[in-house]
Amino acid sequence: MALKIVKGSIDRMFDKNLQDLVRGIRNHKEDEAKYISTCIDEIKQELKQDNIAVKANAVCKLTYLQMLGYDVSWAAFNIVEVMSSSKFTYKRIGYLAASQCFHESTDVIMLTTNQIRKDLSSPNQYDTGVALTGLSCFVTPDLARDLANDIMTLMSHTKPYIRKKAVLIMYKVFLKYPESLRPAFPRLKEKLEDPDPGVQSAAVNVICELARRNPKNYLSLAPLFFKLMTSSTNNWVLIKIIKLFGALTPLEPRLGKKLIEPLTNLIHSTSAMSLLYECVNTVIAVLISLSSGMPNHSASIQLCVQKLRILIEDSDQNLKYLGLLAMSKILKTHPKSVQSHKDLILQCLDDKDESIRLRALDLLYGMVSKKNLMEIVKKLMLHVDKAEGTTYRDELLTKIIDICSQSNYQYITNFEWYISILVELTRLEGTRHGHLIASQMLDVAIRVKAIRAFAVAQMAALLDNAHLLTGNTQHNGICEVLYAAAWICGEFSEHLEDPMATLEAMLRPKVATLPGHIQAVYVQNAAKLFATVLRGQEGAPADSKVTQETSQLLIDRLPVFVQSANLEVQERASCILQLVKYIQKLQQKDVEVAEEVTALFAGELNPVAPKAQKKVPVPEGLDLDAWINEPPSGSESEDEGRKSKGKAVFAKEESRHTKPRYTEVDEKELAKRREVRKAEQANNPFYIKASLSSQKVYQDAVGVEHIPVVQIDLSVPLKVPGMPMSDQYVKLEEERREKNKADRKKKDKKKRREKGRRRRGDSGPESEEDITPAHMVDIVTEEMPENALPSDDDDKDPNDPHKALNIDLDKPLADSEKKLPVRTHRPDEVLKSPVEDGEGLEVASEPKKKSGKEKKDKDKERKKGKEMKKNKKKKKHKQEEGEDLMEAGSEEPVQSEVTNDVAAQPPASTPEASDLDFWLSNAPVPSNPQEAAAVTDAPPASTPEVASGVAAVAPDSEPEETKSSKHKKKKQKKEEKDKKKKKKKHHHHHHHSDGSGDESVQNGTVEEEEPLPPMSNYALLAENSYIKMVCDIQGNLHDGSQVVVSVIFENKCDSFIKSMELNVLDSLNSKLQRPEGAGPHDSLTVPFQLPPGISNEAQFIFSVQSIVMPQKLKGTLTFIVKTDDSSTHEKLDFKLHFTCTSYLITTPCYSDAYAKLLESGDLKGSSLKLEGVNQPFHHLLARICFHHHFSVVERIASCASMYSRSIQGHHVCLLVKTADQTVSIDAKCDEPGLLGNVLDEIKLTFSQC
Amino acid sequence: MIKAILIFNNHGKPRLSKFYEHYNEDTEQQIIRETFHLVSKRDENVCNFLEGGMLIGGSENKLIYRHYATLYFVFCVDSSESELGILDLIQVFVETLDKCFENVCELDLIFHVDKVHNILAEMVMGGMVLETNMNEIITQVDAQNKMEKSEAGIAGAPARAVSAVKNMNLPEMPRNINIGDISIKVPNLPSFK
Repeated sequence: MALKIVKGSIDRMFDKNLQDLVRGIRNHKEDEAKYISTCIDEIKQELKQDNIAVKANAVCKLTYLQMLGYDVSWAAFNIVEVMSSSKFTYKRIGYLAASQCFHESTDVIMLTTNQIRKDLSSPNQYDTGVALTGLSCFVTPDLARDLANDIMTLMSHTKPYIRKKAVLIMYKVFLKYPESLRPAFPRLKEKLEDPDPGVQSAAVNVICELARRNPKNYLSLAPLFFKLMTSSTNNWVLIKIIKLFGALTPLEPRLGKKLIEPLTNLIHSTSAMSLLYECVNTVIAVLISLSSGMPNHSASIQLCVQKLRILIEDSDQNLKYLGLLAMSKILKTHPKSVQSHKDLILQCLDDKDESIRLRALDLLYGMVSKKNLMEIVKKLMLHVDKAEGTTYRDELLTKIIDICSQSNYQYITNFEWYISILVELTRLEGTRHGHLIASQMLDVAIRVKAIRAFAVAQMAALLDNAHLLTGNTQHNGICEVLYAAAWICGEFSEHLEDPMATLEAMLRPKVATLPGHIQAVYVQNAAKLFATVLRGQEGAPADSKVTQETSQLLIDRLPVFVQSANLEVQERASCILQLVKYIQKLQQKDVEVAEEVTALFAGELNPVAPKAQKKVPVPEGLDLDAWINEPPSGSESEDEGRKSKGKAVFAKEESRHTKPRYTEVDEKELAKRREVRKAEQANNPFYIKASLSSQKVYQDAVGVEHIPVVQIDLSVPLKVPGMPMSDQYVKLEEERREKNKADRKKKDKKKRREKGRRRRGDSGPESEEDITPAHMVDIVTEEMPENALPSDDDDKDPNDPHKALNIDLDKPLADSEKKLPVRTHRPDEVLKSPVEDGEGLEVASEPKKKSGKEKKDKDKERKKGKEMKKNKKKKKHKQEEGEDLMEAGSEEPVQSEVTNDVAAQPPASTPEASDLDFWLSNAPVPSNPQEAAAVTDAPPASTPEVASGVAAVAPDSEPEETKSSKHKKKKQKKEEKDKKKKKKKHHHHHHHSDGSGDESVQNGTVEEEEPLPPMSNYALLAENSYIKMVCDIQGNLHDGSQVVVSVIFENKCDSFIKSMELNVLDSLNSKLQRPEGAGPHDSLTVPFQLPPGISNEAQFIFSVQSIVMPQKLKGTLTFIVKTDDSSTHEKLDFKLHFTCTSYLITTPCYSDAYAKLLESGDLKGSSLKLEGVNQPFHHLLARICFHHHFSVVERIASCASMYSRSIQGHHVCLLVKTADQTVSIDAKCDEPGLLGNVLDEIKLTFSQC
Repeated sequence: MIKAILIFNNHGKPRLSKFYEHYNEDTEQQIIRETFHLVSKRDENVCNFLEGGMLIGGSENKLIYRHYATLYFVFCVDSSESELGILDLIQVFVETLDKCFENVCELDLIFHVDKVHNILAEMVMGGMVLETNMNEIITQVDAQNKMEKSEAGIAGAPARAVSAVKNMNLPEMPRNINIGDISIKVPNLPSFK
């Protein structure tokens, strides 16, 4: 009563709120849907009101209804309205609703951009927080692009609450807008060392998530993470880092070695099971990655296995589960250490928890041996009987088959046993895996020739008892085995004892209820059996009655199949029916037909690898997409109708060559084609030739007759498949082994007596090798085309959003990248482009490079700043590592000097990378030079790759070291002045690092034993008593008409050299680029002075038109030598030699792109032979790579393919082969002139060394 | 990454669903049903991990769950998450709920799903773990609730009064259907700091 009065005055308070709605729904259990629909109507009314409180209440209710499965997208606009309320209460409701129901295709999202931006910059931290939380759920590419800068700013917010949310949401932003990754990354990295543990944890979280998808880009962060790992106490962070290391170690074995010790310590010290488990996991990952390289890790393996055993034995099922999971990882590489815990694992098979049983099953796979296979399978068969759920039973079934068939039936000693197991498995009701059993039956029968007789007998029994299997046909997966049974009986019918009976079984009317494809096989194989019966009877004289009866049987029974609804069945049945009728006629005339009928099914089958077809290389010059005959218009529909749907086994028997019909062909042409075809057939593995290679294979092996079959067949009942008989085999097998053992013992004794010397006691357990198979089986391996291409199947999902995040993060940022570019469109086109020129460049890095070109002018300032920061950081880091700073400081310039890495002041990425190298090379385990060179495929790490290899041999070159450290000092000074040059260096460095960053180059150098000798590309330009000039010439990646000449000037005298001016006499083809406004003959000032004994480097740019020919330019350097009392003017002439090599740029190329390039036929060939080259092949390759800017595409033994590209885009391909001091180089290039000159230069290189 | 967080009761009625990847409403309901089906048939005292249902990515994802009295808390996560870590996280979540609702029961979740969402938002953001420290979570949640209260101010008072009256009329709101024993024995896993 009182209520009603109040209700009139303040109406809105009595709108249903969320609690009322929930209560209402609970009170209307019977007509919930109806009640909700009235509620939705009410909500619609409420949303029409102006009062924001009412709207918010309505939206709150909608969020609840959304959870119940109601589509509320119609209210999206109202949600946006509520989001934009100024009150936090309503804003939160709005953002929650948005996060629950907005997604990328919600169109009102674009209205929210400004509102979100406003909220992000709100003075109230919770407004910002709520906006970030909401945004994390519905961020779209557009929102990510528009708000990336705002969020980046928030990463440095004063409140840690905002910082951690901003850091975390960056991952979502990266996913939607990959371009933001590079600009945001430095800041993200800073956050790894944020004072607030929450922010730190968020940053670790994001980087781990990023690194999981593209680990190699994050390798350079390893030292930082290592530090965090050893210092952090937050288990959550530790787990993330340790997981990340697990992803990184496969890329960098040295990292693994460094990790083992701290991880082992953690394993020993931590009380947190979660941390312990992750440590064990990562140690396993490390050991897997090291499995080939490090012999002394058995202790670690033992520790892991031992800890895992503790987990598995724990009463907590979770730990048990995880223990088994981790165990299966060890199993792959160290099966021996797991096998010792077989007892435990078998015990887990009996666990009441299905998940645990499944994990234990996974492990069984690796536990089996020849010795225990039967025993384990027997145990599994017991489980099959006991299993209740079909899922688990099916899992058991597949596992049994997996275990038995693994590595080409390696562990099966008795195939009769295996066939019996398969037959027993057919008793499983309602299994989905009938086809699996069927394919096993087929596989075994085809491959194991000796078992065919037995298999056929079993299959005949199966066919006879088909009614047991096909209780409720059609949906019963198990009837698939009849497919196999029928086929085996038909194909190998010569082994049948009573083909007539089997034939009868196959033609029972009940068969017509089987699925179509099985009936088809029945019909076809009935015909094969018929042939067998005929042949069998004709041997026996004049008993034509049986054959006639057989024909009559077929003629009586086949009409059922002719009426089948299944086309395949119908077609085959009617063919065969007519054939039999014809045969019957002949029989009545007493004509001998058996021969002809048998010929229908002559020939034997070979197993073909499933991928064989795919692997046949397309012959050269064959374009599969081209029309053979231009189709007349409108005939396409007809073609489609003709497609046969022959899925059956018989497809294999047919030749795969359908020859196109030619209309008018003259005799000559025909003959020619016949030739070609014959040649083709000879090469074609699918073409069944007159003398089948397979027959040879069989003949090579021991004939069936000679196989020492133990006489056990008779003791085993062959009939009734309902009886488990595999057990008997187990028993027999044991007896057999006992007997063998006894035999051996006898033999041993004899031997002992003969040799009079004690041998190993045989009381110990039987070793694997001692178990001889019951049948000498010849397991035919699958055939593959002879010239099959190595598979490089790319299993990666092309739609994976993480692919776009494969971005090199170590390259320095271009100035323009610091701020996020605001684009109008998604850059789909840009992402696609790099593929077209056949380069294997990393997709995502391409746009960056392009943009870098336009923005190069801005680069320098920013980079300078960054570089200094980097240097500082590096120093700091090294001090922390407790390393001798001086030593480290001097080592690096040596690297750059000796290798003459032209970017003498390495841009940011180089110190990064060498940092990593340096850090890794301090691993407790001694690492030798070739390991230092074995830097993995982290692109940045590769610049110093050669360097570090060299550094290992070079440190004793003391003078150079000191010189270069001075050299470095100078350089920093120079840097301020020399901005223009700097940008060139930057670019130069880029292509340099790109080139050697190619994985293949490393492949070429990784496994070598000897370190490479130091190499330098700097050639002496000119020298007099005052000054020495050495130079290196490199093409400019970004401008096809430019080359960069880097000249190092070294002051050799005791006086000061200044006012250096360099001038070059331009040719028509090549011109020195002078500053704007300068005349064509003006000289360029060298932007530094040289105190005594100091060297410095300057770069000059030349524009070139034709790059086909090498050329020489004359030039002069003028300078003033200043002593204490006087100064003299001096000059030095030089000749600048532009080799063709200097126009080449190291460009990575993937082998498939390379193959495509060679196939294209656009390239012209040339070749070269070098005699008496007595250096290791890898040195040779390294030389070609280094001096001639090639990259190794692929290397196989003493043969390697290499690739390079000129600045104008010519492809140069080399095939380098070596055999006793002779190196032959076959080369191809689309510009023969260029190629010739490059080859000459290569020849020169090797003649000099 | 956490793909989804689901809370449902012993009968499969959803009490909270948070998907960090978009599915339409029908698929969401199917996922909840499928997950319930997978989880509910498991005995107590079996392990708390199982492979995800077909709808939510199959074997790539894991379901990690805990069963508290009448409620299942299920986290669907991918391989980057530590299984035991997530179990601890669920524990932190439930303990936090327990603190915020003062002895939480299923009814709290039924009637205050928005509040549960707000608490969850302080723990997990966009599928990534934001905070594992319970005190920090509670501090932030409380601060926000305080703000809400101050915003409601005097205008909120009559509304609160009315809702109190409404609750009075309803016998169905007893607090005593308590799932109570929320601090169910946890395997010896130390929770994160």
